[in-house]
Amino acid sequence: MHHFADLVSNHAADDRTCDYMLMSLIRQFETKLLDLFSQGLLSGTTHTCIGQEANAIALMAAIDKDIDTVWSNHRCHGHFLAYCGEVHRLFAEIVGRASGVCGGRGGSQHLAWRNFFSSGIQGGLVPLAVGTALADRDKGAITNVFLGDGTMGEGYVYEGLNLASLWDCPVLFVVEDNGIAQTTPRDRGVAGRIAERARPFDIESASVRSTDLAVLKPAAQEAARYVRERGRPFWLHIETVRLRAHSKSDDTRSEAELEALRELDCLDLLRAGMNGETDLLDTEVAAYLDACFDAAMKDPEPCA
Amino acid sequence: MRVIEGINTSLHRFLADDPAAHIMGEDILDPYGGAFKATKGLSSAFPGRVLTTPISEASIAGVATGMALKGKPVCVEIMFGDFVTLCTDQLVNHMSKLPWVYNDQIAVPVVVRAPMGGKRGYGATHSQSLEKHFCGVPGLTVVAVSQYCDIAAVYAAAFASGTPHLIIENKLSYARRLEQRDVAPHAEPDIAIVTYGGSTEVCVAAADRLDAEEELAVNVIEVTTLSPFDRDGLRERIGDCRHVLVVEEGADGWGFAAEVSRALMGLPGLSFASICGPAHPIPSTKSWETALLPNETNVVAAALDLIL
Ligand SMILES: Cc1ncc(C[n+]2csc(CCOP(=O)(O)OP(=O)(O)O)c2C)c(N)n1
Repeated sequence: MHHFADLVSNHAADDRTCDYMLMSLIRQFETKLLDLFSQGLLSGTTHTCIGQEANAIALMAAIDKDIDTVWSNHRCHGHFLAYCGEVHRLFAEIVGRASGVCGGRGGSQHLAWRNFFSSGIQGGLVPLAVGTALADRDKGAITNVFLGDGTMGEGYVYEGLNLASLWDCPVLFVVEDNGIAQTTPRDRGVAGRIAERARPFDIESASVRSTDLAVLKPAAQEAARYVRERGRPFWLHIETVRLRAHSKSDDTRSEAELEALRELDCLDLLRAGMNGETDLLDTEVAAYLDACFDAAMKDPEPCA
Repeated sequence: MRVIEGINTSLHRFLADDPAAHIMGEDILDPYGGAFKATKGLSSAFPGRVLTTPISEASIAGVATGMALKGKPVCVEIMFGDFVTLCTDQLVNHMSKLPWVYNDQIAVPVVVRAPMGGKRGYGATHSQSLEKHFCGVPGLTVVAVSQYCDIAAVYAAAFASGTPHLIIENKLSYARRLEQRDVAPHAEPDIAIVTYGGSTEVCVAAADRLDAEEELAVNVIEVTTLSPFDRDGLRERIGDCRHVLVVEEGADGWGFAAEVSRALMGLPGLSFASICGPAHPIPSTKSWETALLPNETNVVAAALDLIL
């Protein structure tokens, strides 16, 4: 399979078109997974990032992929695709093929590709992020770790903040606060204010309430620049929205609530600023996704 | 040289041999040098590579994993082995698992050292032998040492392996002199006592007494690598002996004795018994504690029961 970057370079003259194609890719990738699950064609689980795509794109544009390290979480497909665009290999991983990013050992939430890693234990990767930041500090590299609002309940987060501050580790903590953890709303899981969590550790922070890529990109750039230049951790709190179920069909929120959240759909916001060409781009991306999926399905299983 | 000095020398060598190597733990800097002095002198000799940490066992193990996968091997000291339960998620779900799950795209050269064992009157939360909870974890090698084993070789092998290791040390053994003595000298022993770590000393003393008082030939079979458990190797070391006593300090059940019995299952004419720690927490009263744990007297009695 040709790489997604090739598809983009065939079309995109400007950054906005590149961003649009990437966001469309992530959205359609996730939607396709949900479709496949509902048809019974996939096993296991998945956590789609529908509604949160702009965070992934903004953060991955802000880091230096040659040296920086990214620790993602269970909701990792968008982070991964924005990091490397390895669509065929991600599909292959999720459908359990030897050609998958982890040879079919990892599945949806355990990905590793170059300096990108994810896993399925909430908060468990925070100390690893401190470790990679410390190890690669002399190279001028930073480490980015993604967390959700529900993960504010894990002690690892606070041990990590403490260590990162004490040891001047260049860790960019990114909290994707979508207001819900599985089925637990934020006000039942998190006391106090997430935005202020890092202050007592002498860690600088910023809080952004937006799903607009145009707002998120500079915020991410600023945060990453601070971490690299100061050699200090930073806490970036993003208030975002989860538009679909926690995993496949487990959404306990009311239709009215979801309706309001859909007003904040990052893809619509991006589309609004573009000319009429988005339908064509969506179609191109859809065809590419289908081709990647079909190729993955033809690859051998690891146990074959 | 005492056990603690042997360990200290091994740690010294670890840092000296690899300029990327680090040591991490609580209160390990000079002049204190760690609660049991295993790291004494290291922070002076290798400033910047011996990191004293906050009291955050879980995160220390995780930070070590993060550093190690970036090519900086780490040896972690857990002050008292009892606190290694705080590292369970890191040991089981991260350090040992991620290299395989990531299709061997990363390696995690981390050695975690944990002093275990009782008989010092430290009470229920500072005297346990919790290693069985970490045995049988794929990807994690669990090793136990005593004064009779080749400390330098065991540590060098763990550091050279490039894979996660948990080394069980024993608080009482720290003060013992290293003793390169064959504790299984008999070609045709009457009894084989299978044990590991801190219990080895008790078994060796019991074997000496059974020899002196009862003229019994007793081999003490010290197992150094607890997990993965080498069943074939153990059967070879047992040879034709059919009186086997297993001695461990951990609480009763789901432990070393069970693993040894599995290795020996089906041996014709096998006579088997085991001694272990109590099925309740360890009391702080020292005499009571010593009576509850494997000691020379109860090991001798169990051995005689087995043979008579
Ligand atoms: C240690 C741990 N506990 C529980 C879970 C099950 N679980 C997976 S995702 C999730 C919710 C996480 O919520 P949040 O951090 O807000 O992230 P979000 O799912 O909203 O992206 C839970 C409870 C887990 N994976 N790990």
